[in-house]
Amino acid sequence: MKILVCISHVPDTTSKINFTENDTKFDTNGVQFVINPYDEFVLTRAMWFKEKQGASVTVVNVGNATTEPTLRKALAIGADDAIRVNADATDGFSVAKEIAAVVNSGGYDLVLAGKESSDYNGQMVPGMIAGLTDFNFVNGCVGMEIDGTNATATREIDGGSETVSTSLPLVVGGQKGIVEESDLRIPNMRGIMMARKKPLNVIEPANSENTTSSQSFEKPAPKGAVKLVDADNVDELINLLHNEAKVI
Amino acid sequence: MSVLVYASSTDGKFKKSAFEVVSYGKKVAEQLGTNIIALTINADEATELQNYGAETIVTVSNDQLSVFNAKSYASVIKQVAESKGANVVIIDSSIDGLYVSPLVAVALEAGYASNVVAAPSNTSPFTVKRKAFSNKGFNNTVINTENKVIGLAKNSYGVHESAASASVESFDATITESGVASTNIEKATGKVTIADADVVVSGGRGLKGPENWGMVEELADILGAATACSKPVSDLGWRPHSEHVGQTGKPVASNLYIAIGISGAIQHLAGVNASKVKVVINTDPEAPFFKAADYGIVGDAFDVVPQLISKLKEFKAQNS
Repeated sequence: MKILVCISHVPDTTSKINFTENDTKFDTNGVQFVINPYDEFVLTRAMWFKEKQGASVTVVNVGNATTEPTLRKALAIGADDAIRVNADATDGFSVAKEIAAVVNSGGYDLVLAGKESSDYNGQMVPGMIAGLTDFNFVNGCVGMEIDGTNATATREIDGGSETVSTSLPLVVGGQKGIVEESDLRIPNMRGIMMARKKPLNVIEPANSENTTSSQSFEKPAPKGAVKLVDADNVDELINLLHNEAKVI
Repeated sequence: MSVLVYASSTDGKFKKSAFEVVSYGKKVAEQLGTNIIALTINADEATELQNYGAETIVTVSNDQLSVFNAKSYASVIKQVAESKGANVVIIDSSIDGLYVSPLVAVALEAGYASNVVAAPSNTSPFTVKRKAFSNKGFNNTVINTENKVIGLAKNSYGVHESAASASVESFDATITESGVASTNIEKATGKVTIADADVVVSGGRGLKGPENWGMVEELADILGAATACSKPVSDLGWRPHSEHVGQTGKPVASNLYIAIGISGAIQHLAGVNASKVKVVINTDPEAPFFKAADYGIVGDAFDVVPQLISKLKEFKAQNS
């Protein structure tokens, strides 16, 4: 089985979010970049397939050279090789087109991606890859098994879960549950040493045209100070929620 | 040129999000000077949508669509969009809405903006404001393509009544092979889900143990609320993972979010910040959640919550 894992390069979840150049760019000053948390879950799941069932695992990112440390980290976790499509990722649809081109030329059976990235939260790349390649598609996946070319997957639905049966070739948008947080792999020293020698191939983009463009960013409006209510006066809280906030 | 809204239903019934997307679609159609068409799949009372501005209601009824299937549903939405000449398609941000939208975008070769929180600020270029950076920022996005797909964030535009009398027509859709078959659905019955709830009551490690959740559930019952919890609580196994809200858990966009004994780690706040009004009850006045909250009580949950329950019972008795 040939697995392709899509890796997004995102600000660490504790980063302060600021914008620069007249609010048109994300301010990367002092920001640590990491593997997208949603992608970490599917990368670990890919490692299990590799170890238990035999599979090759390639990681891919669409981005400029600054994303390479993140790809190296994925290699240190255990991926066999990496591909960087040398283009700025500014539009979900064109990112999906670039990855679909990699999928088509590489003959992958299974494409794993986090259901969203924690920076732009587009929640579109996995589905678009599936649409463009005509692979089967399971989104919001919280568990999966593969037997030969048959796959069983569980996905989250509002208020519960759904089990589906499907087959390879398959695209999966995954989230916590596909592996648990306690199962996530972190690179060890041996992995980091080995990652240095693993291939990281840079390929030029197919130059897909952007379907959307970012005009500007905004920060949420500053919030007024919290109104504190005395612990012995919950009547006042009920009054505020009823008459001022009008939520009860 | 028209605006097509997909108004989703569950077991034939619309949820609030269906009325919200129709309300939003009505606004977008006005801005573009065009008409609004609402699409329903196996809905019982399609005409309800005329109360929110739908001018034409296209109904698809087909037993093969009785269980949601992303690929089949995307194909139906595409067929209706093409047959009606719609070039703006609006879909909600439910789990199924987010599943189907990217497939619709590919099928229509449309630029897709998800998590949109407001009516377009400009129609030429077509510009919408969307949530980004896990609720820590917004992005004004221009959709450059002629066909456009908009994913409307939950509880962002609101439900606006605007009575019209709609013409209802049925549409005979071709059902495509999907390759993904549903074999089992497990759903808690009779419980308000976090996704649908107007009010969410959430507990954290400050509650000291799973045996103390009785009061959280009682408070939720009185408010018709869903119960939720912080990440440490689900990691400790005090509550099921399905109740974990926050960045890697479920997102919350309720009208009222009550956090009891939750300090408010940045990852937790990222997941619940979209809620309109946040109330925090915590013993520690330095808890970061107080900076993000609208109302707060510094106090012991074991004193405050029982008081709140009894006072809310009185309040509900007087106001119902």
